[in-house]
Amino acid sequence: MIRFLAAILTFLTGAAAAQEEIVLGLSPDPVSISPDFDGSDILVYGAVKRENPIPEGPPLGVIVAVSGPTERLTVYKQDRKLGIWVNAESVEVDEAPSFYAVATSAPWTSVISAVEDLRHRISIPKAIRSVGAPDDVTDAQAFTQALIRIREKEGRYRLDENTVDMREETLFSTSVSLPANLTEGEYTLRIFLTREGAVVGDIDTSIIVEKVGIERWLYNLSRLNPLAYGLLAVAIALIAGWLASAAVRLVRNG
Amino acid sequence: MQIYLPIAEVSVSLILLLGLGTLVGILSGMFGVGGGFLITPLLFFMGIPPAVAVATGANQIVASSVSGVMAHLKRRTVDLKMGTVLLVGGLFGSAIGVYIFNFLKTQGQVDLLVKICYVVFLGIIGGLMFYESVKSMMKSRAGKRGKRHVHVWVHGLPFKMRFRASGLYISAIPPLMVGAAVGILAAIMGVGGGFIMVPAMIYLLGMPTKVVIGTSLFQIIFVTAFTTLLHAVSTQTVDIILALALIIGGVVGAQIGSVIGAKLKAEQLRILLASLVLAVCFKLALDLFLTPDELYILAEFGS
Repeated sequence: MIRFLAAILTFLTGAAAAQEEIVLGLSPDPVSISPDFDGSDILVYGAVKRENPIPEGPPLGVIVAVSGPTERLTVYKQDRKLGIWVNAESVEVDEAPSFYAVATSAPWTSVISAVEDLRHRISIPKAIRSVGAPDDVTDAQAFTQALIRIREKEGRYRLDENTVDMREETLFSTSVSLPANLTEGEYTLRIFLTREGAVVGDIDTSIIVEKVGIERWLYNLSRLNPLAYGLLAVAIALIAGWLASAAVRLVRNG
Repeated sequence: MQIYLPIAEVSVSLILLLGLGTLVGILSGMFGVGGGFLITPLLFFMGIPPAVAVATGANQIVASSVSGVMAHLKRRTVDLKMGTVLLVGGLFGSAIGVYIFNFLKTQGQVDLLVKICYVVFLGIIGGLMFYESVKSMMKSRAGKRGKRHVHVWVHGLPFKMRFRASGLYISAIPPLMVGAAVGILAAIMGVGGGFIMVPAMIYLLGMPTKVVIGTSLFQIIFVTAFTTLLHAVSTQTVDIILALALIIGGVVGAQIGSVIGAKLKAEQLRILLASLVLAVCFKLALDLFLTPDELYILAEFGS
């Protein structure tokens, strides 16, 4: 009997979760880094699909979180030694996204509760995963905060409240701007629907950011065949230097 | 107009890069130096990661030294034999330098080492040059001349070799040592080391001034080419697009510079260069000693 009730409960909650589904579109996909790349905007648009009428009560909230490829980082704290500022204590950060932007349809605190944020790792501090700091570091928190502060200043980490445009609790759209100093890789996009601070629906997808053309070719060569890349670099410099002196001679003689 | 650098992974203004290349080209045309000691710190100030600035700086110097050495070969002011001995030392030195560079990169102290090297060497060279040129200016007013040749301990070492173009019969050890020292610096600082090589050749080896610049440029081509290769293979921080922008600017600037240089007196030129070197040194030293705005620094793990 209990098992039967549990099954019904699962069925009901499952049905409730499926009640509001997200249909999503992205543009452009993929994002190309060409030599004249100067930042880019990803347009994220979607609709909430439902079988039933819009539920009564507080309005639907939307959160769009875009995360770049994660990297392992070392955060150094500088200290004055013999009058000079040197890198002293350090803390390893296991996974820090190279880019992280969160856009919401309403102020952060009204769109999601702290518990739900912790569960889904949505806000900037929650998206960073850091292992324990070494014993000699007492204020590991300060290192993570510094990481966020530095990256916020560089425009790599952003929380943009009230930037998701929501219509009739059904259509939403936002544009996430990517900075010029972008790392390539697979960017994940997570969209959350919330009511009263609780996540009622979510979907995730990814978008590829890649160097194209000459950028792609040079980058690949430098990683896959570094010797050939180095020889190419030297050859270009030798030819350029020789051409320059030849051109000068031509101008002087002619 | 912005340009995205594939290895540095930053987008910078192309106009600014070409301008920087031209500026350094003008200076190298005026003073006959490679300009690496200026281009690398200026790239730091522009926000290029120091490791990329150092490796790419070496690549750019290959181009400017080739263009310079062609002119000297025509005038027969290159001592090829001395250049080769310096080179052998230089290749050893740059291999050691890249090794030190990589070791410090894993310790997270590479930026500090590069900056300290710059402050120390720019300070010494700038100071000496300033002192020297002020003294020679006074002397030329007084109308006196200095002693031509001084016999120092360097001339007593074994393995003597004859260097015809320089008119020298000295041990191969000092040129090897000088070459190695400059090679280490070339790898760590991303410079050709001409600003250290030239005074060392004149004062330590006793070479005649007319063959010094050509010979120094000759060996710098190989040392910086080797350094570029080593950096490309081990640190993978050579950015060809960045190097190309600097080279194009530099080639144009060098021509403007040599025209300006021809109109100024040698002592005035040297005082100007010395002041410039000291200014860059001062700015870098200030950054080392003043409390930074941001106490924390991010670095790639294990790099």
